[in-house]
Amino acid sequence: MSFDVYLNVAVAGILTGLVYGLMALGLSVIFGVIRIVNFAHGEMMSIAMYIAVVLFTAFHLDPLIMLVPVAAVMFVFGYVLQAGLINPFITRPEHTQFLLLVALAIIIANTLLILFGPDARTVQTAYAYDSFQLGPVLIDASKAYAGIAAIAFAVALFAFLRFSLLGKAIRACADNYTGALVVGLNVNRLYALSFALGAACVGAAGSMMTLIVDVTPSIGPVYTLLAFVIVITGGLGSMAGALVGGILIGLTEAMAGLLFTPSAKSMFAFAILVLVLLFRPQGILGRRAS
Amino acid sequence: MHHQSRSKSARLTRRVFTTTAGAAAVLAGAAPFSVLRAQGGPLKVGVLLPRSGFEAGIGQDCQRGVDIAPPILKSLGLPELTIMNGDTESNVDAAREHAEKLISDGAQLLVGAFDSGQTTAIAQVAEQKGIPLIINIAAAPQITEQGYKFVFRNFPTAGMILSDAFVNQKEVFGIAGATPKTVVFMHVNDTFGTAMSKGIGVLMPKFNMPYKIVEEIAYDPAARDLSVEVTKAKATNADALLMVSRLNDALLITRELIKQRWTPQAILSMGPGWYEDQYFKTLGKMADGPISFVPWFDPNKKLAQTLEAAFVKAYPGSNLNTNQVFTFEALLVAADAYKRAGSTDPKALADAIRATNITDNVSVGPGIRFNAKGQNDKVKDSAIQNRGGKTVTLAPKEAANAKPEWPLKPYQDRA
Repeated sequence: MSFDVYLNVAVAGILTGLVYGLMALGLSVIFGVIRIVNFAHGEMMSIAMYIAVVLFTAFHLDPLIMLVPVAAVMFVFGYVLQAGLINPFITRPEHTQFLLLVALAIIIANTLLILFGPDARTVQTAYAYDSFQLGPVLIDASKAYAGIAAIAFAVALFAFLRFSLLGKAIRACADNYTGALVVGLNVNRLYALSFALGAACVGAAGSMMTLIVDVTPSIGPVYTLLAFVIVITGGLGSMAGALVGGILIGLTEAMAGLLFTPSAKSMFAFAILVLVLLFRPQGILGRRAS
Repeated sequence: MHHQSRSKSARLTRRVFTTTAGAAAVLAGAAPFSVLRAQGGPLKVGVLLPRSGFEAGIGQDCQRGVDIAPPILKSLGLPELTIMNGDTESNVDAAREHAEKLISDGAQLLVGAFDSGQTTAIAQVAEQKGIPLIINIAAAPQITEQGYKFVFRNFPTAGMILSDAFVNQKEVFGIAGATPKTVVFMHVNDTFGTAMSKGIGVLMPKFNMPYKIVEEIAYDPAARDLSVEVTKAKATNADALLMVSRLNDALLITRELIKQRWTPQAILSMGPGWYEDQYFKTLGKMADGPISFVPWFDPNKKLAQTLEAAFVKAYPGSNLNTNQVFTFEALLVAADAYKRAGSTDPKALADAIRATNITDNVSVGPGIRFNAKGQNDKVKDSAIQNRGGKTVTLAPKEAANAKPEWPLKPYQDRA
């Protein structure tokens, strides 16, 4: 096979990985601050995907344009969910948190099944079949737009957390819970905001994902698992790590599919996870537990 | 005194135990007979399909065959069926569990389940419980090679599909006046796809096919993205694409072909995915061109015309396809056997199914009859091509109503 083939596959893998990364970023934000593992992550993304599909079907609103509104809706959903349902479980044992979120995931998937039926829903934009030719590289337009939007959204989130007062408060809360309480921060509100931010990331990723994959009510668990693989590889709680993990997993799957057999490409993603757990348990960009 | 009598009555003596156990044994022994002897009323048929999960689209498509069946069966003078729906969730374990549940809920016969892996699991349950299973769609040969007494299949095996496909391909190449010299073979890596892959290795040399497989690409049927697979296929520069797929992956592959600007001479499919309504509705003009070599209906048969008319009336704008045809025929076999058996006794039903001889049917071939293994070995395939949102039949000659359009019109010229 020529070098062009490898180049094409690598570019496609990186672009897909960027969107994966944004989705996993939400999981990382939530865990990084609240220390709760969101087992309903993929299902939350499927809600966002259905919102994007409905908006497109009813009003022909492009999922890329609707990225911010969908993220805003998911922000509100995340805030209410955390404040109303998840917050009482924060101090409870991890297995009860696990059960709560798995139950939530099942409820979401089945509600979507009742509302939309089992058929795959798709978004057929004007550029759905477009691709750009850059020398020997053929770039899928939908993936390119989604990848660029993922970078823009992630940069905005980094900027918010780094430079805004609210962002600094959230980081303070993540770094030192007791210290945050001592200086008078409203930790419960910050927890709800953090979960809402994570949900917004999932919302943005879900909106973009409709450009790449069809949505069905049962799509969630696959993406929950994928998000786990990515954040553990990149470093649980590390936001940059989530993006790096996403790109690494996207690239690994793509190259494994090309060099070996496509049937086994997920196996290589899990092999990366095992290697990371063996040799760098805190993840590529994660901080070692003190 | 009262306390004493209560404790006395509550005490379990050896005599009480023996009497109770004996009575329970008699009741337990008698219960099955009372169930078996129950006659009259509709036959309870558990229909297992992948109604959710990644195969849900096709499962729902099969369900349409169930929905339009009752008035047609009634018009044929066949007894009424009570349909009990079961969802395999596109998952082998769920298929097994739901089959067991349907039987425990009173299903007297099972129909299903579209997917070979799920059907294999259901067949094991049906055989263990002694409840007849009529397979609507599932091609893995091993299902009817186990010596099962309660499992029947009115659908060709992978080997039969391939044999017919090769014959029909040669016929199509002959009419089109074009023959691909190289193909890339892409297939799902599930039970059906693997069986077809093995079958190709065995049967292709026997049929002396004019093309060579330059690359075989197996992939996960639940894959989210098939861009790498299509890039790999494109890199071979093969003349045609030989496919064994499902619906979701057929959609993904078509989209990637368009995005990667590759239009092979032909797409030759030997499985589902490329002729379903959802394929036409999702892709519009881009759906035109693929040729499927599949079990199909004979448009010249009277019952096929009746079924098609009922289908079009119930689902305007949709096309009758394999999924409804073979699901309907499974119910036809069930109702016909129930009429002849005159009983819901599973053994009597199985014996009646084994003696089936339906010549007024829908699918291509002489009719529905089962061999000693429970396989209808006379059912035939057709070659159909997507054209203008519908399918036309190219082969076999006796069922053809159009000539092949060859090569595929480039995707870039269809906007």
